Amino acid sequence: MSATPNPQHVAQNTPAWAGEMDAMLDAYRQAGGDPDALKLPEVATLVISGNQVLASHSIPGVHLEAEPLAQGVHARIQVDPRTNVKHPIHLCFGVLPAEGIQQIEAEYEIGEDAHVQFLAHCSFPNAVQVEHHMNATLHIGRNAILTYTEEHYHGQTGGVDVRPISEVIIEEGGQFTSNFVLTRGRVGVLDMDYKVDAGKDSVAELVTKAYGSGDDKVKVLEHIRLNGENARGLAKSRIAVKDQASSEVTTTTEGNAPGARGHMDCTEIVRDQAIAANNPLVKVTNAQAQVTHEAAIGTVNRKEMETLMARGLDEADAVDLIIRAMIR
Amino acid sequence: MAKPFLIIDQLLLNKGNQPILQNINMSFYPGKIHVLLGLNGSGKSTLAYTLMGCDGYLPTSGRIVMDDKDITHASITERARLGISLAWQEPVRFEGLPIGKYVGLGAGEPNREKVVAALEAVSLPVKTYGYRSTDQTLSGGERKRVELAAVFAMHPRLAILDEPDSGIDALSITDVGELIRQMAQTGSAVLLITHRPELVAVADVASLMCLGSIVFTGTPKMANEYYESRCHPHLNSLGAQPWIPVVPVAQNLDSQEIAKE
Repeated sequence: MSATPNPQHVAQNTPAWAGEMDAMLDAYRQAGGDPDALKLPEVATLVISGNQVLASHSIPGVHLEAEPLAQGVHARIQVDPRTNVKHPIHLCFGVLPAEGIQQIEAEYEIGEDAHVQFLAHCSFPNAVQVEHHMNATLHIGRNAILTYTEEHYHGQTGGVDVRPISEVIIEEGGQFTSNFVLTRGRVGVLDMDYKVDAGKDSVAELVTKAYGSGDDKVKVLEHIRLNGENARGLAKSRIAVKDQASSEVTTTTEGNAPGARGHMDCTEIVRDQAIAANNPLVKVTNAQAQVTHEAAIGTVNRKEMETLMARGLDEADAVDLIIRAMIR
Repeated sequence: MAKPFLIIDQLLLNKGNQPILQNINMSFYPGKIHVLLGLNGSGKSTLAYTLMGCDGYLPTSGRIVMDDKDITHASITERARLGISLAWQEPVRFEGLPIGKYVGLGAGEPNREKVVAALEAVSLPVKTYGYRSTDQTLSGGERKRVELAAVFAMHPRLAILDEPDSGIDALSITDVGELIRQMAQTGSAVLLITHRPELVAVADVASLMCLGSIVFTGTPKMANEYYESRCHPHLNSLGAQPWIPVVPVAQNLDSQEIAKE
């Protein structure tokens, strides 16, 4: 049963819209979202299908504006300074037809001392040939805290080409955490490119998880510049590929200020004929900064498998459990 | 007369051309705790891995027989499903795998009550630990407890416990001993590898290993007396090994005779 959105959330209200909204809510559920959350008046919500804004609901201190473009939407999301947003802001993006292009231009402005979480679900459940381009800029004010969790569902055909690009600026004392998850269904093509500039005493944490199969291609490009004194950064990737899928994770962390501390941590599990690569680049321009990296690429650890097999799992189930747990 | 459900018969394991286990004969009975003693490198863990069927531990000759079926070539999974399980000396970590799920893997369904009971048996409250990950955030001692709980929850016919006390604080050794007793009381046979006298005390049968062979089998008290009176430090080509098998293995007591005592 599809959830019915709160009328306050409704931007348009026609039978055609209602059908589209129901379908998007189903897609939202498939991507891991909870459609019931979209009904709550205290939850800020933005629902976009193709280039249609199906719902946009602001709450005190959180302003959501969205306007259609030819092939997508331009969204502006502003959180007022010192606003502590209790409930995560729900964003739902998707393309329902088998073919289509969606271009999202998004600007996030998080005011000083604001605390906010976003739960974004991107769903393309019927995709045969769909492109989703996300160009986002995020500005995180002094001492503000932003956690952005983005979960994707691309259906089972591998016909989605997703290219998320984000440029993030974190002001002094700010914190930014990104959790990008694409672990159910096929990936298709994922080509992400995140750049973060971290100011004094700020924290940047990028976590990316993906599971590629078939001929999926996973490409992750992350660049953290620790520009401010005592800035800290972590780029953590957990990727699994099987069949003929490929993954390439390229992370760069720069330590450009005294006390800056960065770490890159990449684990990729490879099965079948899949291929995985990791390219960590460490750049330190200040003698009092430190950046480290660790990477493990290869098959599932034999002892991990045997431990689970000693509990009665067969080899295939053991491997699957290890991978699912890692990318959970 | 009680009959062993699992027998190791004339087991030999070579690595390269070197025997690392030889002339191993053991019998396991339901509800009996069999402790395996020996110095580091004497072959105790190797025997545990061989019994579990781990990769690279296929016997060169000899047999492992369970319920009159030869399982020498059975996979780990097959052995686990027959009721053999192993708590590793240094358990691996699983990123993202909740402790509750890990502990319940071998417990069958439904398993919630078994998981709760197993975690409580190792003093890990389910509310605190059930959803934590079995990963690097656990201390070594916590991970060992989780490993014991996972085997306990399976209620295996043979629990192989490879140094369950290592990395566990001294105060908790009594708890580990109690857990092993509980396993036996519920019918599990236990093969216990340990260096701790407190744990040796819970065993029914003790075997001494030296240079890949079992040199003595008897009660824990007899094993201690054997060690005190007949074992002498000596050196051989592999280094120091103090336990010379003075009495031929054939003259040792059989586990069954000990069980009768």
